[in-house]
Amino acid sequence: MAETKQVIVKVKRQAGPKEAARWEEFSLKWRPSMNVIICLRDIAENPVTHDGKKTTPITYDSNCLEEICGSCAMLINGKARMACSALVDQLEQPIRIEPMSKFPLVRDLAVDRQFMFESLKRVKAWIPIDGTYNLGEGPRVSPEVQEKGYPLSNCITCGNCLEVCPQVNEHNQFVGAAIISQVRLFNMHPTGAMNKSERIAAIIGPGGIQECANAQNCVHACPKGIPLTESIAEVNRDAWKQALLSWLVG
Amino acid sequence: MRQPKIIVVGGGLAGLMATIRVAEAGIPVDLLSIVPVKRSHSVCAQGGINAAKNQKGEGDTVDKHFDDTIYGGDFLANQPLVKRMCEAAPGIIDLLDRMGVMFNRTPEGLLDYRRFGGTLYHRTAFAGATTGQQLLYALDEQVRRHEAEGKVKKFEGATFLSAVIDGGGVCRGICAMDLRTMEIKTFAADAVIFATGGNGAIFGRSTNSVVCTGSAQAALFQQGVDYANGEFIQVHPTAIPGEDKLRLMSESARGEGGRVWVPRNPAEKRAPRSIPEAERFYFLEEWYPKYGNLVPRDIATRAIHRIVYQEKLGIDGRSAVYLDVTHIPRETLDRKLEGILEIYEKFLGVDPRVEPMKVFPAMHYTMGGIWVNGEDQASNVPGIYAAGECEYQYHGANRLGANSLVSCIFGGGIAGPAAVKYAKNLENSAESTPAAVFDGERKRQEEKNHKLINQDGSENPITIWRELGQVMTEHVTVTRINKDLEMTDGKIRALQERYKKINLSDRTKWSNQTLNFGRELENMIVLARVITLGALARNESRGAHYKPDFPERDDANWLKTTRAKWVNNDIQLTYEPVDISLIKPRPRRYDAAK
Repeated sequence: MAETKQVIVKVKRQAGPKEAARWEEFSLKWRPSMNVIICLRDIAENPVTHDGKKTTPITYDSNCLEEICGSCAMLINGKARMACSALVDQLEQPIRIEPMSKFPLVRDLAVDRQFMFESLKRVKAWIPIDGTYNLGEGPRVSPEVQEKGYPLSNCITCGNCLEVCPQVNEHNQFVGAAIISQVRLFNMHPTGAMNKSERIAAIIGPGGIQECANAQNCVHACPKGIPLTESIAEVNRDAWKQALLSWLVG
Repeated sequence: MRQPKIIVVGGGLAGLMATIRVAEAGIPVDLLSIVPVKRSHSVCAQGGINAAKNQKGEGDTVDKHFDDTIYGGDFLANQPLVKRMCEAAPGIIDLLDRMGVMFNRTPEGLLDYRRFGGTLYHRTAFAGATTGQQLLYALDEQVRRHEAEGKVKKFEGATFLSAVIDGGGVCRGICAMDLRTMEIKTFAADAVIFATGGNGAIFGRSTNSVVCTGSAQAALFQQGVDYANGEFIQVHPTAIPGEDKLRLMSESARGEGGRVWVPRNPAEKRAPRSIPEAERFYFLEEWYPKYGNLVPRDIATRAIHRIVYQEKLGIDGRSAVYLDVTHIPRETLDRKLEGILEIYEKFLGVDPRVEPMKVFPAMHYTMGGIWVNGEDQASNVPGIYAAGECEYQYHGANRLGANSLVSCIFGGGIAGPAAVKYAKNLENSAESTPAAVFDGERKRQEEKNHKLINQDGSENPITIWRELGQVMTEHVTVTRINKDLEMTDGKIRALQERYKKINLSDRTKWSNQTLNFGRELENMIVLARVITLGALARNESRGAHYKPDFPERDDANWLKTTRAKWVNNDIQLTYEPVDISLIKPRPRRYDAAK
């Protein structure tokens, strides 16, 4: 008889923001190319813990399952990463799964990352076009700028860079690396550059770029390999320049 | 003057474009989405967006784009609106360019274009191999700007349950559920635009995202909104098989020169790279010399099935063929295809720049959808509009690659102003609708929830869903045989019975995802029957719909749109003629230039 391999998964459960957290352990049947999402789905199909206790399916966010929608960020064996690309065969067992800790908890593994979308508003992360009517082509963009901008535009707003940042904590409202990198992206675009100073002004102040303490955890946690520290350095230079200029001009 | 109110359901490309257009008209708009709109399924589109800009001096024209689209769709699409879409496409690219999309560029700083399936022209603008993501973000940013200015109000993390339809059959708003509080609320609106995407989840595993269940379309269908061409489902030729999803490997891999092959010897044991050219079977290039690896998707998919199931030439006897980009310079791959190659590398641990990828067809796109008129995206129920993949208008019997993004943006761009115009001309606004109409609908939905959450059944919703997906994938995708379709319908009806006994295993009223999934599943089962019955009835082969017992297209009997209606709590298939006023149907073949 072929031995059926088991996968042991420990999930941190919390019924709601004000409820107490607890751990539950599950024993699942191993399958090839199994990822953490499959583990969570298997639990939903048979919500029974390792020691035979009936429980509820686990609440978690997911959508594309190919690491491009940014939904399924969580802590897996203590590391902030996307659940869909966390392959069971590459993980030490028991696999410990927890919600991200820097965002308000919703339930179980689901957290509220609205703060990031609000921050995108704050820094005006858009090109202010006149309207959607036909105004002809956009400005020419050199391949060099495109090749710098495109990777920045790959940001999936997953929040991993905030999760690993020591400066993101209850004492401040630091917007985090992802948002600073978006400032760089829009300031680099020929049309976006017209509102550069506005964006720079928005990224200075409480929770702004000066909160960064250069821990550089963000760049290592980014699932899209975005050069976040480069972005922070560049926006930082621009921020200083702008501050100095306004001081000189008065 | 009274200010009308519009709701958009769904925040992918079509929904966002509709939202922007309504906001531009100065009308307040509520945008409802299950996920934060930036996480919508449009983000998964990879290869690019079509527009006949003729930027490579090949003599491409709007008429050629139009003809390729109609021909690719095997003449099932109503032609006038498709023509308008092709005419609008270059302007749509310009608009996206102005919004700051980081399209790939030529050394001159102009947009670069690549080739895609079903055409001989470089017509596809692209941003690496994550074009959908880049376009979605551009529209998301514009909507966020309107939101910051107070013109748009977002309701993210809310799911549509039903339309509120008054005694006169006019839509007056929607009924939706907050996915955290599980509270059901009604929202009044003079017009509602649906942009709720495709229905891959009905097939269990597909290239679609988790939210692509077709639940909203199915709910509307059961409220009297007609559903057209349900039987037309696109199976994409190249995806990576996975337990949780089938991950797309974009057509752009072939657009950039990727080749599909299998070893000529079914007992081949060597690693793919050590198999000499002469012992490789580039079957698409041999069978379709003119289009080669860039035949339309239905053709490529059937060819792969033939290789695997009839010729028994699948790699190692399995259901897989090689998609090979190893001959393309690494620098080109990284600049143009990195997004998809990374997916392959991450999920399979193999570098496709070095080792040919192993791929197999997967359910990918829903050509059918909510019936809309040929003018302005209006459904048959006054006040309900639809745009994007959830409607049926643009792709006929098979969608060409890179036409979906353009159809989403074009359709959304029409639906927005059309809904505004309708709302402004309404004699009686939603505001004047009696409260009882809204209360009645809310109570109906609350009772459904109450019953589901409290019943103590023996069936698990995920098990039922998996079984539905299996039977649909096996019998209602690439090859369709009438007796199997009949059996499938029987199986679906059996699942419908078993559904009545489901047990959610979660009775809590906070962020209960199982409750939401249970609601969606009921709707998926209904839509699965619409698809299956449509396929059973259509005794011909056209585009993606292939019946070996009826291998030819049959224009005399079947050049018509399937229009499913909900009558006496059951599905009734009706048919209507296709508008072929601009291009006369001709045989569709890809082994020679057309």
